[in-house]
Amino acid sequence: MDVIIESLPQYWDGFLRTLFLAVVSGIIALVVGTLLAAARVSPVAALRGFSMAYVEVVRNTPLTIAFFFAAIVLPRLGVTFQQFEIAAIIALSAYTAAFIAEAVRSGVNSVPVGQAEAARSIGMTFGQVLSLIILPQALRTVIPPMINILIALVKNSSVAGAFFVLELFGYGKQLANDHGDAVMWVLAGVAFFYLLITVPLGYIAHQVERKVAIAR
Amino acid sequence: MTSVLYDVPGPKARRISLIGSVIGVILIGGLLALALVTLAQQGIFEARRWAIFGQADVWSLIFNGMGATLSAAAIAAVIAFPLGLLLCLMRISDVAWIRVPTRIVLEFFRGMPVVLMMLFVLLVFATSPFIAVVAGLVLYNAAIFAEIIRAGIQSLPKGQREAGLAIGLTSFQSRLSVELPQAIRRMLPSLVAQLVVLLKDTSLGYIVAYGELLRAVQVMADFLGPQFLFPVFFVAAALYIAINLAVSRLAIWIERHGSKKAAGGVAKAPTAGVTTVIK
Repeated sequence: MDVIIESLPQYWDGFLRTLFLAVVSGIIALVVGTLLAAARVSPVAALRGFSMAYVEVVRNTPLTIAFFFAAIVLPRLGVTFQQFEIAAIIALSAYTAAFIAEAVRSGVNSVPVGQAEAARSIGMTFGQVLSLIILPQALRTVIPPMINILIALVKNSSVAGAFFVLELFGYGKQLANDHGDAVMWVLAGVAFFYLLITVPLGYIAHQVERKVAIAR
Repeated sequence: MTSVLYDVPGPKARRISLIGSVIGVILIGGLLALALVTLAQQGIFEARRWAIFGQADVWSLIFNGMGATLSAAAIAAVIAFPLGLLLCLMRISDVAWIRVPTRIVLEFFRGMPVVLMMLFVLLVFATSPFIAVVAGLVLYNAAIFAEIIRAGIQSLPKGQREAGLAIGLTSFQSRLSVELPQAIRRMLPSLVAQLVVLLKDTSLGYIVAYGELLRAVQVMADFLGPQFLFPVFFVAAALYIAINLAVSRLAIWIERHGSKKAAGGVAKAPTAGVTTVIK
């Protein structure tokens, strides 16, 4: 128990770094993911194909492989990162964007046909239909699954800890090495800080889900 | 094929779309070419670097790693599914002192990174990496399976449970023989999709020193020399992704074939977007 209080500064530093990784990658992933979803339903065949291929490949690639590539294979090829956080953010946001794209697409599918038909019948273009009519309705229904994706992102950022980034999991490993006699408490402390992010997010997702379920 | 999101493109729109497609393909092709040229400058495509794949030992190491990955995933899935079923029944139990603690336990495991659980089991219980990997995967995925099946039960029409109770089944019997079979069938696509996640998560075993595919790659690179890291990694990653793609395809196939006889008899409303209108 004392270990946790003793190493509170490390925990706090790790917690902030985890939060930083999650927030930055989350924002990038939201933007890129929505663009990918828009490309997926667009009239341009190449955009559709690219978006489909990207989502399909990335969703089936383990994150560990992406990090292994960035941390161990790339340096051998002469590409090194000044700060490995940047590589972590790229890997995390590229990975999460594919899941966001799928969620948004399923949201687009949940909007009744009549909405799009009505919009088109008053002369809106594809861009207008999507940005003014479909996406605002779609995004509302996909907020709960999206929060779940963001929770997964917070948890996935722990993989970065195994590859040279000192966030919560990274510190956890380090502290576990230093305090071999109190490993259980060290890791319980790490778990607590993760739950500090994921449980409230899960609660919000649950509440939003209730509200939206009534609205539709 | 038309989409409800845009009008059937006329000749002009088709031309613009074609030009856009060509530019897009050229851009992506250019990026790929750039990557390939960069790799070639590193000497990646020299035949001797790929010649190692002519050796049986290299393949046996790769397949050993693959086998370790698949066996951990298979054992974890086989244990996690019944456990998830049990947790789900406890989670929706009528008895509060079963339901509430189960809920807390589920929230706890769902909110935790899998790799942290693996490390915990590895260090605290001083087990072998294999047990740590399987235990981490089982704890996490059982919680997820429980939540998926619960969502399936909640999506059933109320009448299913009411009918079960009306013909004199106990609450538990109704769950077991009326609701669960329908819920599992309905959630089969999500369950198989979760299997892909489970399979992907076995790669976290690398972090806790389990001898799975990535670890085998690193061992080979250490043994053969760093210049072989990229070829070995490339082949291993391609294998990994190919297996995951196959399981994902299975999930999609099940979804397509299962939806025809979806349980509970809920009609699907037509929706916008990529659902194409078939004439």
